[in-house]
Amino acid sequence: MNSPNHHPDGGPRNGPNNGPRSGPNNGANDGTNSGATTLDKVRGGLARRYRAEKRFRAAGLASIVAGMAFVMLLFGAIISAAAGAFTQTSFTLDVRLDESAFAGHAASPQALQDALANADYRALLNRSLYSLFPEDRARRDKKALRGLVSSGAAFDLREQVAADPAVIGTAIRFRALADDEADLFYKGKIDRNLPENRRRLSDRQISRLDRLAADGRVERHFNRSLFTRGDSREPERAGLLGALTGSFFALLVAFLLSFPIGIATAVYLEEFAPRNRLTDFIEVNINNLAAVPSIIFGLLGLAVFLNFFGLPRSSSLVGGIVLALMTLPTIIIAGRAALKAVPPSIREAALAMGASPMQTVLQHTLPLAMPGVLTGAVIGMAQALGESAPLLMIGMVAFIADVPQNFTDPATALPVQVYLWANQAERAFTELAAAATLVLLLFLIAMNLGAVLLRKKFERRW
Amino acid sequence: MKPANNNRPALQDTVVPPDFETVGAAGVAQPHISARGINVYYGDKHAIKNVSLDIAKNEVIAMIGPSGCGKSTFLRCLNRMNDTIEGCRVSGAVTLDGENIYGKKMDVVELRARVGMVFQKPNPFPKSIYDNVAYGPRIHGLAAGRHELDEIVHTSLEKAGLLHEVIDRLDDPGVGLSGGQQQRLCIARAIAVNPEVILMDEPCSALDPIATARIEELIDELRRNYAISIVTHSMQQAARVSQRTAYFHLGSLIEVGETQAIFTNPGHTLTEQYITGRFG
Repeated sequence: MNSPNHHPDGGPRNGPNNGPRSGPNNGANDGTNSGATTLDKVRGGLARRYRAEKRFRAAGLASIVAGMAFVMLLFGAIISAAAGAFTQTSFTLDVRLDESAFAGHAASPQALQDALANADYRALLNRSLYSLFPEDRARRDKKALRGLVSSGAAFDLREQVAADPAVIGTAIRFRALADDEADLFYKGKIDRNLPENRRRLSDRQISRLDRLAADGRVERHFNRSLFTRGDSREPERAGLLGALTGSFFALLVAFLLSFPIGIATAVYLEEFAPRNRLTDFIEVNINNLAAVPSIIFGLLGLAVFLNFFGLPRSSSLVGGIVLALMTLPTIIIAGRAALKAVPPSIREAALAMGASPMQTVLQHTLPLAMPGVLTGAVIGMAQALGESAPLLMIGMVAFIADVPQNFTDPATALPVQVYLWANQAERAFTELAAAATLVLLLFLIAMNLGAVLLRKKFERRW
Repeated sequence: MKPANNNRPALQDTVVPPDFETVGAAGVAQPHISARGINVYYGDKHAIKNVSLDIAKNEVIAMIGPSGCGKSTFLRCLNRMNDTIEGCRVSGAVTLDGENIYGKKMDVVELRARVGMVFQKPNPFPKSIYDNVAYGPRIHGLAAGRHELDEIVHTSLEKAGLLHEVIDRLDDPGVGLSGGQQQRLCIARAIAVNPEVILMDEPCSALDPIATARIEELIDELRRNYAISIVTHSMQQAARVSQRTAYFHLGSLIEVGETQAIFTNPGHTLTEQYITGRFG
């Protein structure tokens, strides 16, 4: 077979002229058909093929580099914008808790509660603030001074006193949360060289802030309220806990609904349903659903779940149902692909052993398809976590300061919180929005990592 | 490649008339499985044409024929594995000990417990060796306890000639074995439910000659307890392991008879052409 001389057909392939094959002047024969052997033709094309291959690889590499660069750019931008939101500023103030402010507190426990509830903590705070700057006598100056401290600081003071009522009548050191503008100033985000009328802090306020810093009364610390509080109109007191809880409840509902329904659908369509027009029609519709813009699902939720069934507006329950509808096609399609990838020999082996179709699916096909099914489910959930449009339609976009306690409480979700904060006028909300985006991205990364790990864990050879 | 003398039509294209009568005796005195007038259609394709064939107790019957002749399809009729194929219709009657397996009373799960199958490509479950063999007894509830199950697993592996090779690694995955071992594991899995008949669909086509020889020995031993029906592409294998041989051609059963007789003195030209290697 190797030698052309022994070719049984003796055909025109390369029969008579095997001379140039070993000749030194192969190159000279290129292009002229008469002398070129198969080997010459192959050699002539080799360089071109290698060049094409190099270009192909370079193009792939360039795409990856470009993609990575964009991801880095995205993360860099978000992280640099969000960094400030993770710390905040407080002033250390000496607050005198006069007995007179808590009138009658010693009479009985009930009286203490009343006194704690009725005390004018703001006045106490203001007094300690004025004492630091005795020269600010005018109402306007006092007001400017008050503006440096967050209006929420009074609530913090109340909490601190309520936790330990023994401090009444003494002077305590209190960390008063700075107002968002003061906070931004210390973070270097307010340019003091700008003309006064183009910034929110007056020259006088800036000089007071400088004095406070010089006195060592300014402290930067981790922004705990970002993770322990719900939303607020005050950026320094606004937190993500409400949105996180809302997202958690909504995703839980979405998962509990879409995972079993999605798997059952995928298994039935793939393993049991006959192939006919009806199943074709169903398949086409599932694929179409996957491509429907998500806001349509929100409209559906609004029309059906809120208006027709009267489920509670803005609740994570309805949010979860809508997200489940949106996720279903993803889970079904991924599930069917995973089931399809299970080798038919396994199915045949189980059936031939006398396993019923259900046993075959539950004991063999589905466990083998599980890595793919789970990956699909996690990707679907990640999509649902990042989705905001359908939630806007069912009212999860309202300002809700309370952290939801159950599925029917009004709630908002992480991406909606980003949207809400990004729309706020205060500049401090910009970094909060970036921080919320970062938290959202971290959750998405964690989920996708989870999908990879799950796949690794369940993956089996066959 | 076409035969040298082109004046005769190519034999593989020979059309068998629909009323063709099988050469040789399709029936046996005491049939275990008896197929009568089997027709199989895949959609519009008529894959098996009016085939009748018996399988006796304690015999190995080999089914040979060129690719696409329907021998595997016929084999899969015997435990209703064709049910799983979309658009496949089977007509005719197959009886197992006098019971119609396509009848309403026949439970397909029970049937497949009685008629085991070994496939062309070894297909152990992605589970441990032990669990592979224990699977059938477990789903059919054949073992009363762990001890009994252990015993079934050990005897089945023993019968399949695999026990001493895997005795110290029963918990290793079945797919980690070599091809020949995997196929013997599949045989052990099939005989663990103590079937009456074992169908083998080209069980050695993916194996090397040494593994093939092991399986062939095994088939000969298993014959003492089971009826075995084997589809094979190797005529030597058919001659070595079987007592009777059936030759299929384009969906028709051309000839059936004692293996010895078929290979020495075929009764039909097509059989002769095939076993002498003119086409295939």
